Amino acid sequence: MILEVKNLRVEFPTRRGALVAVDDVSFSIAPGEVLGVVGESGAGKSVTGLAIIGLLEPPGRIAAGEVRLEGRRIDNLPPEDMRRVRGRRIAMVFQDPLTSLNPLYTIGAQLEETIRTHLALAPKASREKALGLLKEVGIPAAEQRYHHYPHQFSGGTRQRVVIALALAAEPSLVIADEPTTALDVSIQAQIIALLKRLAASHRTAVMLITHDMGVIAETAQRVAVMYAGRLVEIGPVRDVIHSPQHPYTVGLMGAIPKISLSRNKSLTQIDGAMPRLNAIPPGCAFNPRCPRRFERCAKERPDLSPAGASEAACWLHEPRRA
Amino acid sequence: MGLLELSEVSRDFDVSRPWLNRVLEGEPRRTLRAVDGLSLAVQRGETLALVGESGSGKSTVARLIVGLYPPSSGRVEFRGRRMQMIFQDPYASLNPRWRVGSIVAEPLLHLRKEKAARVKERVDQLLVQVGLSPEDGEKFPHEFSGGQRQRISIARALAGEPDLLVCDEPTSALDVSVQAQILNLMAELQRRLGLTYVFISHNLAVVSEVADRVGVMYAGRLVELAPAAELFARPRHPYTRMLLDAVPDLAMSGKPRTPVAGEVPNPLALPAGCAFHPRCPHANERCRAERPAFVNSVACHAIAEDRIRG
Amino acid sequence: MILREFFSRVWENDLAWSFRRSPVTIAAALVAAACIGGALLAPWLAPQNPFDLAALDLNEAFKPPAWIEGGLAQYPFGTDNQGRDVLSTILYGTRLSLAVGFASVLLAMALGVSAGLAAGYFGGRLDAVIMRIADVQLSFPAILIALLIDGVARVAIAQDLHDALAVYVLVLSIGLSKWVDFARTVRGSTLVERGKEYVQAARIIGRGPLGILGSHVLPNVMGPVLVIATLNIGIAIITEATLSFLGVGVPPTTPSLGTLIRIGNDFLFSGQWWITVVPGAALVLLVLSVNLLGDWLRDALNPKLR
Repeated sequence: MILEVKNLRVEFPTRRGALVAVDDVSFSIAPGEVLGVVGESGAGKSVTGLAIIGLLEPPGRIAAGEVRLEGRRIDNLPPEDMRRVRGRRIAMVFQDPLTSLNPLYTIGAQLEETIRTHLALAPKASREKALGLLKEVGIPAAEQRYHHYPHQFSGGTRQRVVIALALAAEPSLVIADEPTTALDVSIQAQIIALLKRLAASHRTAVMLITHDMGVIAETAQRVAVMYAGRLVEIGPVRDVIHSPQHPYTVGLMGAIPKISLSRNKSLTQIDGAMPRLNAIPPGCAFNPRCPRRFERCAKERPDLSPAGASEAACWLHEPRRA
Repeated sequence: MGLLELSEVSRDFDVSRPWLNRVLEGEPRRTLRAVDGLSLAVQRGETLALVGESGSGKSTVARLIVGLYPPSSGRVEFRGRRMQMIFQDPYASLNPRWRVGSIVAEPLLHLRKEKAARVKERVDQLLVQVGLSPEDGEKFPHEFSGGQRQRISIARALAGEPDLLVCDEPTSALDVSVQAQILNLMAELQRRLGLTYVFISHNLAVVSEVADRVGVMYAGRLVELAPAAELFARPRHPYTRMLLDAVPDLAMSGKPRTPVAGEVPNPLALPAGCAFHPRCPHANERCRAERPAFVNSVACHAIAEDRIRG
Repeated sequence: MILREFFSRVWENDLAWSFRRSPVTIAAALVAAACIGGALLAPWLAPQNPFDLAALDLNEAFKPPAWIEGGLAQYPFGTDNQGRDVLSTILYGTRLSLAVGFASVLLAMALGVSAGLAAGYFGGRLDAVIMRIADVQLSFPAILIALLIDGVARVAIAQDLHDALAVYVLVLSIGLSKWVDFARTVRGSTLVERGKEYVQAARIIGRGPLGILGSHVLPNVMGPVLVIATLNIGIAIITEATLSFLGVGVPPTTPSLGTLIRIGNDFLFSGQWWITVVPGAALVLLVLSVNLLGDWLRDALNPKLR
């Protein structure tokens, strides 16, 4: 396993008490695997990614649990050590390519800087590697574009550059936070295909965070569904999408509009909204909105237990006593 | 006769650099043609969707329809009484300093000149109609979630008793489950009140759920217009086909995909002839030189010349 | 109504909490309150009315502060060259300074906000004209502008009316020198607001520009305006003091803090230091506390720092 997250808990202390943004989340990612982390806004998926890479904005902090990268713990490293891990062994791709690139330097310069910092290659070797990366991510006329500035690229191409930058130091794990959300549909498809190809060829573990289930369906092998900071279902993509086990996932799949030849009369809707972090109900966080809830749901919080080919945190799938 | 008719509508924006810079650097004026020769008619009671990616001009069309700015050429004819608009950003469409009740009441006060007592009654009615409660009228927008704010926007739009509602990406900023609630609400309101919708979106899946007819836009031009079922079953224009191919497939039927090439062109430097030709696998010399006319509900030389099935 | 709602929102927990947390701000607020309170209550607090020429006694001139040998208890900070009790003059003078400060800031605010709203909302030529005037004015120091307007007024107004109208001319000149700060900020905020969808929604409903500016745009641009206003009060008071120091501010018969500092300047090195130093200290204290309050307000209202 490249990444192992165990019982991660992220809190944001406020003067009215601590808000728990990520509550007891565990998962792992194997080399070359793409794990999709899906959830609506406020579910805690971005916070999870930031916690793993150590970029939580204070006063947010990891309150419990551990994060292991290739066997070694990284959640408790001093800032200097974490800085070395970041970029070299973990890379992150953000939603907005414009703010990920420094507008004052050419992309070639930025690529070379990353390569030299983390891989200590000679200038000529690092330039060659940078060019190779640009070609690998599909930038046409790489030799010329090497000397261009970020603003001279369009959105989709910029995102490719960002991906090249992320891969420059040959990280074991790439965290991509909504990498295609700001892009047009046709470009989205290109970037998705690129991520998939690179993960396989470089044997990089990819954590793909997005609210778009369609993107996950195309790109990921497994998917984790988050709700109110908790992991409610995790399993192979096909199974989670076609036979969701947790009532929230069921509702989510029903609510997603799909291109169909007959116009559906209405989409499945889940009444209400995801609770705010300061108002999470006791027991199962989803219980007030759940069409299949019963008494136990409002009292005890369920853990992940096997459900079909996946795991779901739901009392409908009572864990078998050992 | 359509409720709304656009005839050869174009809209240009002056994006020249400031006068002083132009004079000193000897640059000519620059215009951006956001919408180019668009013609369509919207029938009463239908939902017409306009779909396209960035730079397609669909948002500009929305604003041309409601009259936020006039067309540079062509005509917009509205044969109903009133139009209203629902916007994309639930956080910027409500004035944060106003109470919800005042927000919903604003059209009432300015269009109908109702008496004070009746206004409150009507506002309460509207709030209930969109799934909120009369007490919500006392609160401020920031106390509501994105989905609830869109409901408030809808209530405000309905207050003006419009015939036509122009919806500019009304659910793009919402979570999937909330989107479903809002789309269902809009469908129900349409049934109950006999509304006509012009629905702008970049999301083909959403469009397939709501639209009766779909118009596909590319680089400011209308390239295809068809009933929804037909468009999704038998897309004709190469861009429409490419678009449908590119939508991430939830069903994962594993259909082979034609590799998608290129990006949306820079609106200031559109290719000559058919704007899509650089990315089109069927482009020929004529496509590079001559802009295809919108004929038979599609604007494509290859289809007109029977080179591909149309 | 809009203003009340604005204040009720502003004074909710976050702002008050941030206030309570900062000892510097609390101290500044207390000092400012003391200065303003003292100035407002001057007629009742001051032992003497320094503006009443008949009450002055030249024999009492140059008395040192009470704690120094030769000082009298009835003149805690001593007297100046005309026998005026320094404490009383400070109280009355602060009153004058505050009045001029607030009035000129209000004038600048009214002018600047209107200009900014018009420039930002209507754009085009109106925007270009207003902003060019602003740019030109910004290339002159505010003091110079105030001096210029003051000078013009002196020529324009008949000699015998000078003293009576001096304060109004002062307010006008300082106000006119400061409108640009407000205009630029408001213009920027207005440009942002103009693009907001609720403004577009109001236009679709059919509301006219004045209605939209007044009910939609103005409440949303006032935040930074209040911060600028608070900070500018300190600047306005200093400007008035400077002008009075230079002799072109308030008439010498109704001295403000600036006048006192000027008067005392001549005697600084001949031993009667208190005539300059004490009013000087009072001025510094007043402006410092107002500025600190303005700083706190700016930081407290900045959502990014919360």
